[in-house]
Amino acid sequence: MVEKEQGCCCCEEEASEEELLARLDGIIQEYKDKPGALIPVLQQAQAVFGYLPDVALRKISLGLDKPYSEVAGVVGFYSFFSTHPRGKHMIRVCLGTACYVRGGKQVLDELKHRLSIDVGETTPDRVFSLDVARCFGACGLAPAIMIDDNVHQRVKPARLQQILDQYIDEDQARADKKAESKAKA
Amino acid sequence: MPTLTIDNVTVEVPQGATILEAAKKAGIKIPTLCYLEDVQAIGACRVCMVEIEGARTLMASCVTPAGEGMKVHTNSKKAREGRRTVVELLLSDHSGDCQTCDRNNDCELQALAHDLGIHDITYPGEKSAPHMDASTPALIRDTGKCVLCRRCVTVCNETQGVGGIFPQGRGFTTVVGPAFSQDLDDVVCVQCGQCAAVCPVGAIVERDQIQDVWAALDDPTKTVVVQTAPAIRAALGECFGLEPGTLVTGRMVTALRRLGFHAVFDTNFTADLTIMEEGTELLTRLKKALVDKENVALPMFTSCSPGWIKYIEYFYPDMLANVSTCKSPQQMFGALAKTYYAQKIGKKPEDMVVVSVMPCTAKKYEAQRPEMSDSGVQDVDIVLTTRELGKMIQEAGIDFVNLPEGTQDSPMGMSTGAADIFANTGGVMEAALRTAWELVTGTELPFENLHVTPVEGLEGIKEAAVTFEGCQPEWSFLNGVTAKVAVAHGLSNARKLIEKIRSGEASYHFIEIMTCPGGCIGGGGQPRMTTNAIRMKRIEAIYKEDEGRKLRKSHENPEIKQIYEEFLGHPLGEVSHKLLHTKYTPRLKA
Repeated sequence: MVEKEQGCCCCEEEASEEELLARLDGIIQEYKDKPGALIPVLQQAQAVFGYLPDVALRKISLGLDKPYSEVAGVVGFYSFFSTHPRGKHMIRVCLGTACYVRGGKQVLDELKHRLSIDVGETTPDRVFSLDVARCFGACGLAPAIMIDDNVHQRVKPARLQQILDQYIDEDQARADKKAESKAKA
Repeated sequence: MPTLTIDNVTVEVPQGATILEAAKKAGIKIPTLCYLEDVQAIGACRVCMVEIEGARTLMASCVTPAGEGMKVHTNSKKAREGRRTVVELLLSDHSGDCQTCDRNNDCELQALAHDLGIHDITYPGEKSAPHMDASTPALIRDTGKCVLCRRCVTVCNETQGVGGIFPQGRGFTTVVGPAFSQDLDDVVCVQCGQCAAVCPVGAIVERDQIQDVWAALDDPTKTVVVQTAPAIRAALGECFGLEPGTLVTGRMVTALRRLGFHAVFDTNFTADLTIMEEGTELLTRLKKALVDKENVALPMFTSCSPGWIKYIEYFYPDMLANVSTCKSPQQMFGALAKTYYAQKIGKKPEDMVVVSVMPCTAKKYEAQRPEMSDSGVQDVDIVLTTRELGKMIQEAGIDFVNLPEGTQDSPMGMSTGAADIFANTGGVMEAALRTAWELVTGTELPFENLHVTPVEGLEGIKEAAVTFEGCQPEWSFLNGVTAKVAVAHGLSNARKLIEKIRSGEASYHFIEIMTCPGGCIGGGGQPRMTTNAIRMKRIEAIYKEDEGRKLRKSHENPEIKQIYEEFLGHPLGEVSHKLLHTKYTPRLKA
């Protein structure tokens, strides 16, 4: 039950689809009778699954008694929502005016090149997904990118690999630690 | 009561009226596209923009309230140029194959371009990738023609509560359609065609089957018979410029003969038969419930409207036992034409072609349901909408307006006033009560002029109650029983009614549901555009037809008596069971 209340996606690699769907049921129950429930439910569902799989959308449609066409229409309207699996880490490159003029486009190009993916895609190892955004409110320190919930400022193309490595190293450290504690047990 | 001037004409309108409504009152026409009376006013297309003195920008008149002292200009340079730009932009992303489009000469965008004198489109550029959806027997969607006005979205979601379509995507790539580029056949679409009835352009239309009918008529080995639904006679005239509500029964029969049909029959005949079968079914269910204390499904729902049938299969599959097992009049006709009538004229069912003219697109779907082949072959071969029949008559060069009156053939052409009113919301209920009451009590239904007025008219959900008295010995168990009935039209009203029943808030014995607002007279295949005012005119015409008849109760129809004597035996009998009754299929919603 404790696990159910954790809304984030970072620590749930082992959760089975049934567990995730049960978590979604909880979210739907909470919002069911509230007006304007669709968007918050979609946001939380995406946090649970990492993206919005068809099975989740159908459950939301039935649970909130909203036509499936409307659910799909809302998902397709907002670029925040994705119906494809996303990587473990979401990279959003700001292309707002300030970031754009200070080299946001070059940062984006470099990321595309380094990760060998296009905007909206995920690396084959499902570690990174790449997207663009408009303004994080960090214009004074442009160009900015956001990885998961962290804003990186005054990003230079040459420094990108270093930033990416931080995430890869952290993941590795966490995996090592887990293996260690498992071995102890 | 604000007073304003529009193009220097002073007009006073009720509080809350829009500028568009004020202009109408002042006799000034403001062009519109997404706006549709009784359906939606959302200011999406911007075609109805006007200039208001003191306002920073042009305003969409369909959503701007008229204000005291406003000075509105509909024909200023700014308004004219703004409107033209909007229409040119719409045209720049529209597949403009007007000459071969289903809506040629019946298209609101084409009419706008004509009225605004647009001769060239100054915005060449990218066009949306078109998608043709021919997945259903009833409807064809062509997204290349869609102008994103959302009328279809409003009727599908709000009027019908089906929600098969919605705007998908954003900006230039927006498509109005089912989820994730699915086709209509993949989703909960009930094929009612209300979308096609309100579409201003050719983006969604019925599947045109006129050529199939010509091919049948041209085939010397086929005997081709035609049936026309009760609602056609009150609307077909509109295809030829006649006033809505003009009854054209006799001219319609003559036109069908001139088109070459071998026999011109009437769905009204099987509407009368439906009353015999469905009325008996209802009384049998009541007897089982009240006398035998059996667990029988009540209320019983009518089953004439194929959109409603598909709707309940999707949305309330646990209530299918409540639906009358009677086939719709169209399908009863098909099954009998290829058995009873075929035997009479010495033909095999496979040498017969049964054509229906229906106010409905879902009837095209219904005719193709696998269970509708009880004659051994598909019972109804081709279904035309009222609009398609209009086009066929036009193609044949028949001067419809000046045709002499004809009468239907025997033995499946005679009908009573009770069958006429099947076209109207509340009509099947009234027809059923006229017969059931008389069967049970031996006296005439105690309503003035046989009209059950509480269930007539355009209110979404209507109720009535009658208490049986002086019942015949066979039906004495009904003495003192109050039969409660309800009528809903438009599927969102059907849904409201069902939810009331499921929550225990209301209970009834018998419920009539018609898919389309107003009933069949407002069907998805009727001449465009159907407003509530036009619905009322057609409804009144149908009641007039009923009142003009000598016979106004289904059980008095001599051809009905004849078919029971010669062929069917008795209502709910063995032959009836095989040919006139059916079963339903639960379907998954999502």
